[in-house]
Amino acid sequence: MQLDSKVPGGPIQDKWDKHRFDLKLVNPANKRKYKVIVVGTGLGGGAAAASLAELGYNVLNFCIQDSPRRAHSIAAQGGINAAKNYQNDGDSIWRLFYDTVKGGDFRARESNVYRLAQVSTEIIDQCVAQGVPFAREYGGLLDNRSFGGAQVSRTFYARGQTGQQLLLGAYASLSRQIAAGKVKMFSRREMLDVVTVDERARGIVVRNLVTGEIEKYAADAVVLATGGYGNVFFLSTNAMASNVTATYRAYKKGACFANPCFTQIHPTCIPVHGDYQSKLTLMSESLRNDGRVWVPREPGDKRPPNEIPESERDYYLERKYPSFGNLVPRDVASRNAKEQCDQGKGVGETGYAVYLDFADAIERDGKAVIEKKYGNLFQMYEKITAQNPYEVPMMIYPAVHYTMGGLWVDYNLMSTVPGMYVLGEANFSDHGANRLGASALMQGLADGYFVIPYTIGDFLATAGTNDVTADHPAFTESEDAVKAQATKLLSINGKRTVDDFHKELGHIMWEYCGMARNAEGLRKAQGLIQKLRAEFWENVLVPGEEKDLNQSLERAGRVADFLEFGELMVIDALHREESCGGHFREEYQTEENEAKRDDENFCYVAAWEYKGDDEAPVLNKEPLEFENVKLTQRSYK
Amino acid sequence: MTKTINLTLKVWRQKNAGDKGKFETCQARNISTDMSFLEMLDVVNEGLTVDGKEPIAFDHDCREGICGMCGTVVNGRAHGPEKGTTLCQLHMRHFDDGDTIAIEPWRARAFKVLKDLVVDRSALDGIIQAGGYISVNAGGAQDANNLPVPQDKADKAMDAAQCIGCGACVASCPNASAMLFAGAKISHLALLPQGRPEAAKRAWAMVKAMDALGFGNCTNERECEAECPKEISIVNIARMNREYYKAGFFSGEKN
Ligand SMILES: Cc1cc2nc3c(=O)[nH]c(=O)nc-3n(C[C@H](O)[C@H](O)[C@H](O)COP(=O)(O)OP(=O)(O)OC[C@H]3O[C@@H](n4cnc5c(N)ncnc54)[C@H](O)[C@@H]3O)c2cc1C
Ligand code: FES
Repeated sequence: MQLDSKVPGGPIQDKWDKHRFDLKLVNPANKRKYKVIVVGTGLGGGAAAASLAELGYNVLNFCIQDSPRRAHSIAAQGGINAAKNYQNDGDSIWRLFYDTVKGGDFRARESNVYRLAQVSTEIIDQCVAQGVPFAREYGGLLDNRSFGGAQVSRTFYARGQTGQQLLLGAYASLSRQIAAGKVKMFSRREMLDVVTVDERARGIVVRNLVTGEIEKYAADAVVLATGGYGNVFFLSTNAMASNVTATYRAYKKGACFANPCFTQIHPTCIPVHGDYQSKLTLMSESLRNDGRVWVPREPGDKRPPNEIPESERDYYLERKYPSFGNLVPRDVASRNAKEQCDQGKGVGETGYAVYLDFADAIERDGKAVIEKKYGNLFQMYEKITAQNPYEVPMMIYPAVHYTMGGLWVDYNLMSTVPGMYVLGEANFSDHGANRLGASALMQGLADGYFVIPYTIGDFLATAGTNDVTADHPAFTESEDAVKAQATKLLSINGKRTVDDFHKELGHIMWEYCGMARNAEGLRKAQGLIQKLRAEFWENVLVPGEEKDLNQSLERAGRVADFLEFGELMVIDALHREESCGGHFREEYQTEENEAKRDDENFCYVAAWEYKGDDEAPVLNKEPLEFENVKLTQRSYK
Repeated sequence: MTKTINLTLKVWRQKNAGDKGKFETCQARNISTDMSFLEMLDVVNEGLTVDGKEPIAFDHDCREGICGMCGTVVNGRAHGPEKGTTLCQLHMRHFDDGDTIAIEPWRARAFKVLKDLVVDRSALDGIIQAGGYISVNAGGAQDANNLPVPQDKADKAMDAAQCIGCGACVASCPNASAMLFAGAKISHLALLPQGRPEAAKRAWAMVKAMDALGFGNCTNERECEAECPKEISIVNIARMNREYYKAGFFSGEKN
């Protein structure tokens, strides 16, 4: 397959403006003739559904949860970046662009990142107009904080609940359009297939999660904003329903899956404490603004933290990276935590934790100031661990958090299936091999409010309305396949529960395709996944009925897809014989144990194409060109 | 300290919206006190599944107290005994070995039970659709700092905006009223200058929607405030009433 990124020509600063001018428009009166399906109500999907409806399109919007307001975006804590330069500290669109390309370890497409930085400022304006209660300074102007990978303060926040407030803003706009009749909302629906006819997306097939009925919907274009696939690891900071099903099934219908092995392990999460654990809880990276990361200098030092004198502590991030200190990017912070623990310096019961200490900040600023900034995070920490972080240092450890990989999209955010767009975490486009903090919220909203409203019009104006209805045989075929899968899952009646399989898959992925990877481990993982998948289809136990609210069946479908997708991740990780960002291949590191890229051979996007269940996926490459940011070895020293 | 406890659960089981439903008893054994309440239910469900029974259906997603998806009545209290805590953030260390725990769904006229502990809360979305927004389209907004907002106003707006829409307020109110939920949204927007132009209209429309959707009235029982996992204050209800009366007396919004 030939990948055409459709990046417009001209200087990078002018590309988006010029492109917007070149895009065909649908005239206002004609917009109401078009129907667009948006799957997902997170920042990407919610913003897209609302904005497309505002323009006059008829939108069908789907989500798994009982209300669009509960999409996983709600859980984002720390903040959202924008190149406003309100702090007068040297920020600019160019700097945000530069930081993001460098933070992504030169594996993102420059033109998309530049556009993201450009529209970032409009996002803040839009959100404030919607009534998002961002934090403010005494004078009433907007406040900012710093995030990892940047030396300027450009992160806007609403206490520790930024994602919640941004999502409620998008949800408010969406609700207004639902009331106006422009959006028809379908909650408690799970998309299980995309229908394509003559190489164009024609609609989707979903399961009604209350009745178990399979429903078919046709439209003129399909937008997927279904989030990330971090739950392939079982334990992650993602919400429980986060899945790969929507994007993976789109992959099976012809959408290339790009860089699936690029996953982000977040450095500051509450450590794992038992094998019954269902998910991991993030402690926002913003905590690294004031918290200092340390471990005991001597391996095996089991004294309580307050009994370890200053001279016997190692503030290893400050020591190794004097200019960024505790604010190094996530991949660097995570790998360093692992390295310390592997050397036996980890703390806590399991030895898989490091301290994040606020004592100095509390002494410097007073408890009240720290409480105002992080009160709800501290409270959350205490609820879970029963320890008071105002008095004893927090214990943290890296956990799976975000997936940079996703469906391949061109500059217009269209996948390799014409008429199917992909937004937010579900696409691959802007973060390269590592995402900087506070830039996922930015990307989701950029895609939804400011990119798709323009680019989708060009497709509709060119391709016209879709004459394939939901009665078409292609829909029936897809419906039958979806039903057959449910019937099969319920009939196996084996001995192991869905969660049991999911946990085992998670162990394999974490062990061999997690924070550090090597060829031997990856090969082993591939075999283990194949074996587990075969066992799943013989021995899974899914109780309940098909035409009913059946949460076990829902999970079974998702795990079935994770069991296939996990292998694709491993294949991708194995083929990429370099280290970059979150993809750390032990064989490829600098003398100082930093990720060592191979720009000669791997400066491309790996877009995998599905060829059939028994065929190996085919690798397509989109070469990456860096005309504006010089390819260099990343350094945060 | 981590320890393990054994519990008896009396759980509401209901096949679907049409079914009458009843309490059933099951055992939760070897529960680590570090587990969350939902993890305890996971363990019970794994056991039920292996025993060839149907697991207990319950709603949940983020498991960190922010999505508002979880929530059941535990021993007569919405989200259980801990103040300011959602069910997913409630840990088993707050229970004792040998305890019997009654678990039932939210009960309110406006919320229909769909299965076991899962209820239909779409009426809450209906209240927001009636006016819980500021009417701005994407694009066209002025620079964000052109509109300073006094810090205390922004803080108060944020206090109200923290509502997670779980429905605990409705479930704990003897009248099944949604006043705290609606009051929080109306206050959040009315406290900000951006929200003022539509404040009266919004209050009027949302209060009307609440009645139409089958929520009860407020008779100052204050149970909502006591059980709200985000500790939203009933001051927000007073603020809503002010906006509502302003709408009724001084403007044409009631038409
Ligand atoms: C704990 C946590 C904290 C974070 N903090 C920050 C932060 O401070 N700053 C930042 O920039 N980023 C942060 N992130 C990352 C960021 O929140 C996410 O990347 C982003 O919100 C994803 O938005 P989205 O719209 O792409 O998808 P989501 O918000 O994940 O939405 C997915 C939507 O798709 C629907 N869906 C999924 N699958 C299907 C299906 N098969 N059928 C139908 N519907 C489906 C879901 O119901 C949902 O509505 C954080 C992430 C986590 C986990
Ligand atoms: S599961 Fe999200 S609030 Fe409890």
